[in-house]
Amino acid sequence: MEELQGLLKTYPANRYSLLRILQAVQRQMGYLPEEALREVASYVGVSPAEVYGVATFYNQFRFIPYGKHHTVVCLGTACHAMGGQLILDAFERELDIKAGEITPDHEWSLDRVGCIGCCTKAPVVVMNDAINAKMRPFKVEEVLAGLGLQLKRNKDSEGEEAGEREP
Amino acid sequence: MKGNLNDLRQGAHNTWEELETSALTVRIGTPTCGRAAGSLDTLQTFQERIAKEGVEAHLIEVGCMGLCFAEPLVMIHNPQAGLPPILYGPITHEHVQRLVEGIVMGDDPCLELALGTVEFKADGTPYIPEMPRFEIEERLVLRNCGYIDPLNIEHYLARGGYLTLQRILQTEPEKVVSEVEQARLRGRGGAGFHTARKWRICRQMEEGPKYLICNADEGDPGAFMDRVVLESDPQSVIEGMVIAAHAIGASRGFVYTRAEYPLVMERLKVALAQAREIGVLGDAILGSGFNFDIELVGGAGAFACGEETAMIASIEGQRGMPRPRPPYPAVYGLFGEPTVVDNVKTFALVQRILEQGGEWFSRIGTPNSTGTAVFALAGRVEQIGLVEVPMGTSLREVIYTVGGGIPEGRQFKAVQIGGPAGGCLPESSLDLPVDYDSLQEAGAIMGSGGMVVLDENNCMVETARFFVDFLARECCGKCTMGRLGVKQMLLILEDFVKGEGDEEDLDLLEKLAEDIGEGCLCHLGGSAANPVLTTLRYFRDEYEAHVKEKRCPALVCKDLITYYIVPEKCERACDHCVLTCPTEAIATDERTRLKKILQDKCVKCGTCLDVCPPEYSAVIKVSPPEKAKELEEAAGG
Repeated sequence: MEELQGLLKTYPANRYSLLRILQAVQRQMGYLPEEALREVASYVGVSPAEVYGVATFYNQFRFIPYGKHHTVVCLGTACHAMGGQLILDAFERELDIKAGEITPDHEWSLDRVGCIGCCTKAPVVVMNDAINAKMRPFKVEEVLAGLGLQLKRNKDSEGEEAGEREP
Repeated sequence: MKGNLNDLRQGAHNTWEELETSALTVRIGTPTCGRAAGSLDTLQTFQERIAKEGVEAHLIEVGCMGLCFAEPLVMIHNPQAGLPPILYGPITHEHVQRLVEGIVMGDDPCLELALGTVEFKADGTPYIPEMPRFEIEERLVLRNCGYIDPLNIEHYLARGGYLTLQRILQTEPEKVVSEVEQARLRGRGGAGFHTARKWRICRQMEEGPKYLICNADEGDPGAFMDRVVLESDPQSVIEGMVIAAHAIGASRGFVYTRAEYPLVMERLKVALAQAREIGVLGDAILGSGFNFDIELVGGAGAFACGEETAMIASIEGQRGMPRPRPPYPAVYGLFGEPTVVDNVKTFALVQRILEQGGEWFSRIGTPNSTGTAVFALAGRVEQIGLVEVPMGTSLREVIYTVGGGIPEGRQFKAVQIGGPAGGCLPESSLDLPVDYDSLQEAGAIMGSGGMVVLDENNCMVETARFFVDFLARECCGKCTMGRLGVKQMLLILEDFVKGEGDEEDLDLLEKLAEDIGEGCLCHLGGSAANPVLTTLRYFRDEYEAHVKEKRCPALVCKDLITYYIVPEKCERACDHCVLTCPTEAIATDERTRLKKILQDKCVKCGTCLDVCPPEYSAVIKVSPPEKAKELEEAAGG
């Protein structure tokens, strides 16, 4: 939290700076833990509820950390028209989490986004900040396996080995 | 460096002339979408090859050339070889070697990689005729996009940049407003309010701080025009903003852009610093008494912030919720002071209008919608990309002549225009001229310019559900109709796509949509009814199929379809579908080797249909779901 104090001091301590402060905290910590929200509230001089109210209004803010591998599935109009929902389904199925969640071992996290403006490459997925263009459901398995995920169907058939993935 | 902008421009001009006429140049488009297609790889490979071969070539990173379907795009000009500039695409790193050996080091134009066909002039020299789209396109906003290096202000200066500002600073602000008024410029953010009217109100407010905001919060899914303009030609927008600030008397400006656009933030930061350095931004601009600076504000991912009063709240550090208007921001805006909020493209056009004159601009387009419209053409169309056409061009020309029509001979179904709160227009509307009023009459809106083409494989009920789902998620929650009304529309539509609705729900949906149109606080909420009303108006038969027959005619809605493998078409020895099915839902008959889908295991992901080799095309979708059983029994019997 000392680092946080140092960061806060670089912004003027007023209500107008709230959004920029929250963005800076998230940039540094990866997400907005409750203690950080309380620190910000007392620094800016408003109630924690108000800070929470602003933070939850905006999609950018996260209240859980990122996984080691973070995936964002675009569900903009073009991506949707080109089958984006099937791509999200595939990620949810393989990772066994829903959009907005993280796996218990903190390896994988998954999100959806309204549009990243790469409509000409639809459907797209952003994995660890790199854009994967023209995705197909079967490519989801490929990219996940490429990053080291043990695929579900292999796991089921190999029975015991599956248990080795940390809970 | 201040004070000698003319000298600087002269120098930039000379360098540019040399670059254009005698230098060997390789232009590579590296906007966000180009990067998605791998343009950074292409760039790196070019750098390596050229360094290795020791060729003296100028590698220039440019923005979007508009032909996004062929990304990564590379334009090479080798004047020594006597060749005109040739555009190549898509060029991945594997093609680089061929281009370097062919056109960069030799005189082989590598025509097999070029875009478009090659023809020969009477004297035998090869040339590439312009693509048909260039005949109807007119690039005012996109003039420099894909041509200049967005991070090099000298390129902008060499193309006449900031000449207009130099002149404007000697002009009465009222004259600037009059020029824009004469151009009859309407705001490019979507609502189409007359820009000059807004400016005049703000200008006539009494002395005191005034603010200028550039709305770059391009939240509409399916739209990417503003991103491209800011990534490809940021100085145009900055110059337009300084001109506008001079006209209304603002001393501080903001560019509010999306958190999802990191490259825009990065490039704008550089562009703003360069503008300050040459003295066109900051204190005493170009030696005049006029002070104006621009601050970059990153949004935090809220669609509602695209609405001007919500954007102002967000810049003030609040939740991005709209407030009732009037008072309009031009009277009571940011921090309670008069504020003008305009779209990215509006500022780019302001620069052009003051450069060429309002009279010139007013002759482009139609009398009520002057100038050009920029569209992001995406979805089920052959040549997706960025398009700029004069207002009044027909939708058909945009989709077929510029966009090259629908791929694989499929049937056009609808064009979704104006963002999520726009409307879906059917085939019969294709000859509509694209302007503010015609689109409004047809039930859509100009919006910010997203144009997504849908074909026979898109379900209109599902499409309406998608937009309403988006709007319900992004609703700020302030007014009742927005918060609860849109949610109710969503629940009804969710029933429809599951085949659970009845005919009464259809009427209820229509009534609700009309009420939402009337009763919402802001125009984002009010137009949330558009996707529902337009699909009901033009595609009622699809709704009825879902409701009455529990059938999805486009074979999209998961709960209303099943996948089925046609035994006569299945090749049997091929195991593509079995091996790729994520849920092991495809069984092989041990005796006949025929494949069969186990419906209780199938998650309807569509992989089997994707991977079944096109020469067999044995996997089909059927609706209603029971049909698969019937087919199976018929085949078995």
